[in-house]
Amino acid sequence: MGLVRVTRDDKGGQAMLAILMIVAVVVPLLNLAVPASSPWHVSTYTVTLLGKYLTYALLAVAVDLVWGYLGILSLGHAAFFGLGGYAMGMYLMRQIGDRGVYGHPVLPDFMVFLNWQELPWFWHGFDLFWFAALMAILVPGALAFVFGYLAFRSRVTGVYLSIMTQALTYALMLAFFRNEMGFGGNNGLTDFKDMLGFDLTSDATRVGLFLASALALALGYLACRFIVTSRLGRVAVAIRDAEARTRFLGYRVDRVKLALFTFSAMLAGVAGALYVPQVGIINPGELSPLNSIELVIWVAVGGRATLYGAVIGAILVNYGKTYFTGAFPEAWLFALGALFVVVTLFLPRGIAGVVGMLRTWRRPRSSNGSQPEARG
Amino acid sequence: MKAVGQLRESMRKDRQWSFMYSLLDVELDLSQGVILYLEGVSVSFDGFKAIDNLSFYVNAGELRCVIGPNGAGKTTMMDIITGKTRPDTGSAYFGRTIDLLRLSEPEIAALGIGRKFQKPTVFEHHSVFENLELAMAGDKRVFPTLFARLTGEQRDRIHEVLGIIGLQGQTQRAAGALSHGQKQWLEIGMLLMQDPHLLLVDEPVAGMTHQEMDRTAELLLSLEGRHSVVVVEHDMDFVRSIAKRVTVLHQGSVLAEGSMDEVQNDPRVVEVYLGE
Repeated sequence: MGLVRVTRDDKGGQAMLAILMIVAVVVPLLNLAVPASSPWHVSTYTVTLLGKYLTYALLAVAVDLVWGYLGILSLGHAAFFGLGGYAMGMYLMRQIGDRGVYGHPVLPDFMVFLNWQELPWFWHGFDLFWFAALMAILVPGALAFVFGYLAFRSRVTGVYLSIMTQALTYALMLAFFRNEMGFGGNNGLTDFKDMLGFDLTSDATRVGLFLASALALALGYLACRFIVTSRLGRVAVAIRDAEARTRFLGYRVDRVKLALFTFSAMLAGVAGALYVPQVGIINPGELSPLNSIELVIWVAVGGRATLYGAVIGAILVNYGKTYFTGAFPEAWLFALGALFVVVTLFLPRGIAGVVGMLRTWRRPRSSNGSQPEARG
Repeated sequence: MKAVGQLRESMRKDRQWSFMYSLLDVELDLSQGVILYLEGVSVSFDGFKAIDNLSFYVNAGELRCVIGPNGAGKTTMMDIITGKTRPDTGSAYFGRTIDLLRLSEPEIAALGIGRKFQKPTVFEHHSVFENLELAMAGDKRVFPTLFARLTGEQRDRIHEVLGIIGLQGQTQRAAGALSHGQKQWLEIGMLLMQDPHLLLVDEPVAGMTHQEMDRTAELLLSLEGRHSVVVVEHDMDFVRSIAKRVTVLHQGSVLAEGSMDEVQNDPRVVEVYLGE
C-alpha cells in the first residue's frame, strides 16, 4: 500500500531505481565473475568509484529534500556528511588495533605520535560497529536538531540561514583541523585495514560496500519519497511557497522544518559513513564550505524538487569531475562554474526539467496541470 | 502600578485560575450570544494610534461588515483578533471565556478563528483539492501529518466545500492557474475547511468583476447563521448587497454602527467620507 503511493506518478524515480537495480546486479558480476583479461571486466577501481558516486547521490537526495521541498538552502550539508564519515572512520581506526605503525594495542597512531596516554572519552565504544553506525546517524542528527531548533524557532530564513549553515560547516572544519580535538587533525583518519573482519582492500569487500551504498540510496530515496508524497510533504511545499500562510493554517512551521532538516542530516550521515571505507580516508577537508556549495550545484544541475534529479546531478557532475580532473586538471573548476551558469540561465529545472519538457512537447497539451517552477 | 493592575486582573472572579487549565481545552462559551468581545483596545505604532479605545462586539452567527476610510484601523483590528499584533491595553475575548491575548497565532487558528487576507495567498503549486486538504481542521503535528490518510468523511467534506465555493470542476487544477476571483473563493473554502466559528474576511471583492462580486455575495450570505463572519470591505455597493449590520471605523475607534441606511445617513459618517 505504502510502496504504491511512494512510487506512483514518479516515472523518473522508477527509471532511476530500475537502473540502480540493474547496475547493482551487473557491476558486481562483471567485477567478480569475469576474468580481468576480458574486455567486459569492470575493475575494482571502477566499482569503488561508482560506490562513491552512490554515496554522493544519497547526500544529494538529502539536500534536495530540504532545499527542493522545504526551501531551506543548506550550505552546510557537508558537515553532516563529514560527521557521519568521522564516526565510521573512528570505528575503522579502532579496528586497526596493534597493526599500526607504532603497534599500540588501543591508541591510534596519531595519538601515540601526540604522546597521549589513554583514549579520549569520546573514542570509547567506537570499537563496536553497531555503536559507530548508530553514532554516524545520531551525531549529525543531534547537531542538525540543535542548530535547527535555534534557527527555525527564531524564524531565520533565506540567505541568512544559508550563511549560518555555511558558518557551521566552516567552524566545524576549523575545529577538526586542531590536533587537540582528537580526530587526527590535518591528516584526519586513514590507513584503515578492515571492517567487520573483512579486508578493505579485497574485491569482495569493495563490492559489498558498493552494494550497501546502492541499497542505502534506494532506501533513502524511498524514505524521502514517502515523506514528500505524504501530507507532511505537501505541508513542506506549502512552507516553501508561502510560509506565513502555512503557519496561519495552524501548522507548526518550525517543527516541520526541524523534523525534515534533522532527517536530512541523518541521511547525509549515512552517506558519509558509507563514503569513508570506500575512499579510505576522512579529513577536515571534507567539511570545507566549498564542498557544501558543490553539493548544491549537483542538485541544481539534476533538477530541484524531483529527488531523482539529485541522483542524476550528483552522478553526472562527479563523473565529469573524475574525467576532467584526469584529462584537463586546470579546466575542472571552469567547467563546474560554466555548468552552474548554464543550468541557472537555461535550465532552471535542471536535467529532470529537460526530460519533463520533452515529454510535454511530444504530447499535445491535454492536462492543465502546471509544472512547479524552480524558485531561486 | 503595572504589577497592581496585573494582580487585580488575575484576581477577577470570572477569570480566576484560568492559568490552571490548558487554554485550548476551554469550550467556546456563547451563552450570551456574543462570539467576539473587544473592549477598550488601543495599539500604537511609534506613537501613531492605530487603534484608539476600540470596543467592538460580534454576535454568534452574524454577518457583519466593517467599513472605514484608509488608516481607520480595520486591518490592525483583524491583526489583534488573530494574535498577530498585541494591543497595548484592552481585552479581547472569544466567547465569554477564551482570552485571545494569551494565545499564539496557531492556537487562535486552532480554536476556530479563520482569516482571509487581502491578497489571496493560496498555495500555487498545489491543486485546488490539496489546498483544501492542507487547510482541513485536524491534528497538525509533524508525525500525525506524516502518516495522515484522508478518510471518506474528510473527502466528503472537501467535496462539500468545493460545492459551496463553486470549484467542483477544478479539483485537480493547480491553484496558481485559477483566476483572481476563483483564488479568492478557494481561499474562503480553505477557511471553511478549518470549521471556523468566526471568519474574518479582508476585502473579498477587491479586483473582482461584477459577476464574481455577485457570486461572492451569495457565498458569504450562505455562510450566515452557521458561521459568524466579519467582512472588511471598501466597495459600498457590495457592502449594501450583503450587510444587515455595518460598523464604521474611523481613526481607530467605532464611529457608527447600525443598518446600512442608518449608517449612511449618519452626519458624522458623511463628514468622514465626504469631507467637510
